[in-house]
Amino acid sequence: MVVMEINTGTSIRNPVEPGFLRRAGRVASQVFFTPLGGIGCTLVLLILVIALFAPALAPYSPTAINVKERLADPSLHHLLGTDQLGRDLLSRVMVGTQTAMMVAMSALSIALLAALPLGLIAGYGPRWLDACLILVFDSLSSLPMIMLGLAIVVLLGPGIPTVILVIVIYSVPSYARLVRTQTLSLKSRDFIKAEQAMNASTPRILFGHLLPNVIGPLLILACLDISTVITLEAGLSFLGLGVKPQVPSWGNILSDGFSVIRSTALPVIAGGVPLILATIGFTFFGEALRDALDPKLARERKP
Amino acid sequence: MTIFVIRRVGLAAIILLIVAILLFSMMHLIPGDPTVVALGPRSTPEMREAFREMMGLDQPILKQLALYLGRLAEGNLGEDVWSRRPVLTIIFEVLPYTVTLALASFLWAVTLGIFLGCLAVVHHGRWPDWLIGLLSVGFVAVPSFVVALYSLLIFAVSLNWLPAIGAGAPGDIVGQLKALVLPSFAIGLGWVGYVARLVRAAMIEAMGENYTRTLRSFGVSERRIIYRYALRQALLAVLSVIAIGFGGLLTGSVFAEIVFSRPGLGKMTYDAVMSRNYPLVMGTVLVTSALYVTCMIIADVITAWIDPRVRSAL
Repeated sequence: MVVMEINTGTSIRNPVEPGFLRRAGRVASQVFFTPLGGIGCTLVLLILVIALFAPALAPYSPTAINVKERLADPSLHHLLGTDQLGRDLLSRVMVGTQTAMMVAMSALSIALLAALPLGLIAGYGPRWLDACLILVFDSLSSLPMIMLGLAIVVLLGPGIPTVILVIVIYSVPSYARLVRTQTLSLKSRDFIKAEQAMNASTPRILFGHLLPNVIGPLLILACLDISTVITLEAGLSFLGLGVKPQVPSWGNILSDGFSVIRSTALPVIAGGVPLILATIGFTFFGEALRDALDPKLARERKP
Repeated sequence: MTIFVIRRVGLAAIILLIVAILLFSMMHLIPGDPTVVALGPRSTPEMREAFREMMGLDQPILKQLALYLGRLAEGNLGEDVWSRRPVLTIIFEVLPYTVTLALASFLWAVTLGIFLGCLAVVHHGRWPDWLIGLLSVGFVAVPSFVVALYSLLIFAVSLNWLPAIGAGAPGDIVGQLKALVLPSFAIGLGWVGYVARLVRAAMIEAMGENYTRTLRSFGVSERRIIYRYALRQALLAVLSVIAIGFGGLLTGSVFAEIVFSRPGLGKMTYDAVMSRNYPLVMGTVLVTSALYVTCMIIADVITAWIDPRVRSAL
């Protein structure tokens, strides 16, 4: 059977290579023209544009205090009004978008970079190492995330690096697990066996052949995770345990707004709506992307 | 089946051991005097001395770890550094509040989730199905603390229908129930979406099975098939998910408890974090992990009980 397949010359090819651009175009239209993906793409684009150009778009400095105009109602000067220190809420929300995206993107990149080698080692390396790594991943993912976050914050103190660390510790196990499963199933495929038969070096197999096949599902998973990560950052900041209080972030706006919730609802609405739109946008986008690319990647997001 | 259960319990024990070692070593991994790391710079020398003694910090590090694990095995989670009360006592004082909250959230998730799921199946392929699909993804995505803040804003501050803070006076059952509505809704909403999707998927699968076709050929009405046969299938699927979810709900309570100033595990942990009370935080993380893992075992056992094929998987 194996010999026959090698003779036909189809299944020993690395499945990632052919027709990449054509496939990408098809996937893009598949993602965009579903209700889920359409809403998701629009929201994600909007958020990314605001995040990129926040300092230029924001009408005021997000940290400029103006006590005379504290808790001002929306007006032409302050479209969303001001908070209890007279800071312009619209500017804070915009720059907060940048903070959220920056934290989420850097944390997820670090997590992906850490998870790739760990997963490849677990999947391609010796059995005992695999067993050890899986046990560690299992223990980490059985830790209640927010509690773990709190424990780390007690020891390290609040700040962006701590938030990033919490996110990385939370996401590495699930990513590494995915890489491992993919590697295990790819390992027995003929195109890898053919490489091995041709005496290819282990790094060549790992990075030249396994990596390109593993990275697609991994990116989908990361995409589905962005909203969880944004929530985690905003949640920690809301508790006063995330980014520093003076840094504009959605969590901080909500936390400031919560303390004046009985006199005005505006800051809470201004901080919460973008957060809701971002989490919904990225979740819709991620789900549409998964449905288009890899429907079998069964990972239901749990609340 | 017995072997399956024993293996799951063994794995859970190993996981808890690793969590304990992790919590212990985190304190030492961070540079500086461990007493300052764990208790913060504002701690008094007496507190540090008491903590040093309690953790046996003068001993070599492996012996400390062994002593710590030994104390854990005896059920001694250490002492609160401020009040010097045993951590376990404090945890068991607040745990009932959080468990009640989690149960109430489940009530939301199960009733509303199954209702929406059934609605989607009845209108399968038409706009209500489409809308519920979109809504349930949205419910899962929205952060629970924003739901908590907005429901506080709408129903407690603006409309003044329900209390904004506290858990109700002791003995006042109606007040306690009223205080439970909003926080449990905030935590449960995500699960509403999740359960709705699950119920919809399980029922649609059941509707395609051969036995459903047989029922149809016998002239059983579609309504009866949906509510009597397909729903039963879906309920079994919900059951195992709910068991896993319970652990998640216990920790998800942090935000709702803080927004509504309810006493409970989450609020207590938060206060412990703010006052740099590491022994208390360590204890809560351990206890919640234990609860979490227990729920996972229960979920696995339920799944294995429903579907014998799972038993051989591990």
